[in-house]
Amino acid sequence: MSEPLLIVKKLFCERDDRVLFDQLSFDVSAGDVVQIEGQNGSGKTTLLRILGALSRHYEGEIYWKGESIHDDSLAYRNDLLYLGHQPGVKAVLTPEENLRWFMALHPSLDVGQICHALSEVGLRGFEDVPCHMLSAGQNRRVGLARLYLSQALLWILDEPFTAIDKQGVAAQEALLLAHAERGGAVILTTHHELNLGQFVRRVNLDKQVGTK
Amino acid sequence: MSAFQTKKLPEFKPDLESESFSPGKILLATLKRDVKLAFRRQSDWVNPLIFFLMVASLFPLGVSPEPKLLSTIAPGVVWVAALLSTLLSMDSLFRSDFEDGSLEQILVSPQPLYFVVLGKVISHWMMTGLPLTLMAPLLGVMLFLPFEGMGGLVLSLLIGTPTLSLVGGIGAALTVGLRKGGVLVSLLVIPLYIPVLIFGTAAIEASLTGLPVAGHLALLGAMLVMGLTLAPLAIAAALRISVSG
Repeated sequence: MSEPLLIVKKLFCERDDRVLFDQLSFDVSAGDVVQIEGQNGSGKTTLLRILGALSRHYEGEIYWKGESIHDDSLAYRNDLLYLGHQPGVKAVLTPEENLRWFMALHPSLDVGQICHALSEVGLRGFEDVPCHMLSAGQNRRVGLARLYLSQALLWILDEPFTAIDKQGVAAQEALLLAHAERGGAVILTTHHELNLGQFVRRVNLDKQVGTK
Repeated sequence: MSAFQTKKLPEFKPDLESESFSPGKILLATLKRDVKLAFRRQSDWVNPLIFFLMVASLFPLGVSPEPKLLSTIAPGVVWVAALLSTLLSMDSLFRSDFEDGSLEQILVSPQPLYFVVLGKVISHWMMTGLPLTLMAPLLGVMLFLPFEGMGGLVLSLLIGTPTLSLVGGIGAALTVGLRKGGVLVSLLVIPLYIPVLIFGTAAIEASLTGLPVAGHLALLGAMLVMGLTLAPLAIAAALRISVSG
């Protein structure tokens, strides 16, 4: 398993005449946790959206298992779990219904695991409460419950710890670690100090910022 | 609890791709989800219906209560009202999914976007076009549309309104990324609605005068088939552009 899963080559992106990053290259192997660092507005979310194949406003190449992510996008999306800035949780649906929709989008997963996933994120007893009655942190947890269900190799997480309490963050860190240990890879942004020791690699975007 | 407490996650299952492609299932799942969402957010689908009813009931007051005049303009009034109330509801088709991140989740999932989009449009039609069609005879009676015209009215709306939803979906998908896309949707979509309007009202006129309706309905049907096959592709491409922006 020496071959990296994800290879990013000479990525360039600018927004409103401001260069966010130029010649950005890194790779992600199985078992890696990569933290994207940078100030507000340094392009962390933009980078994650590019890596999630949602945005095409870039130059450079991204390869997943040796194939460009846009050439073989179905294979890439099969291996990908993306949690964006917005949790993707419908306010009028209950947590269980929200996860059922996630399962419908990923039909190879086991629907029986939903209850287990909800109790893992501390939402046992809230299965049938509409999400607009839950707090911001609880809504975030509904989104994070997908991590317990997913069989995806690569997790891309944009600020996953926003509005999550301390115990929750510790549990999520343990989860990221377990995912890395089973051979998965994680790319995330967070302003939280990750307590994962040597497991984390960091990519800093601050040095990339330029206005040339 | 230590952060390094190792949790066990299930091992990766090999070969997930083989079982994940089932367009019928995702179409049905999308349909169920969107109908459920619509029932929980009543205003989204009740507003266009009230609008439809109001437009038709204001015409006798504004134009003339004369039955003879009303019965001549009835086909056009009912069709224009149906068209505008569909347009009114179009903007909300992808709006909430875009705002809460559900649309991103759909785009990064390994599902074929064509069928998800088709499911969303069909559910939109079930919540607007179908009730409009069912209400139309009532409006016909209010506007003194002769009984012979009712068949043409209902049939033309039944075949025509799904096309309105499909074409409107393209406009909604193109403008969902904009802050205020409402007016733009109308400008984009109205020219494409005109053929449907022409053949829809022509079908009613034909059935009023006792001429064969089949030709007009066949043309509406042809437009529907073209919409069903091509519009989801255009909507899917437009959604990718809107989210990418």
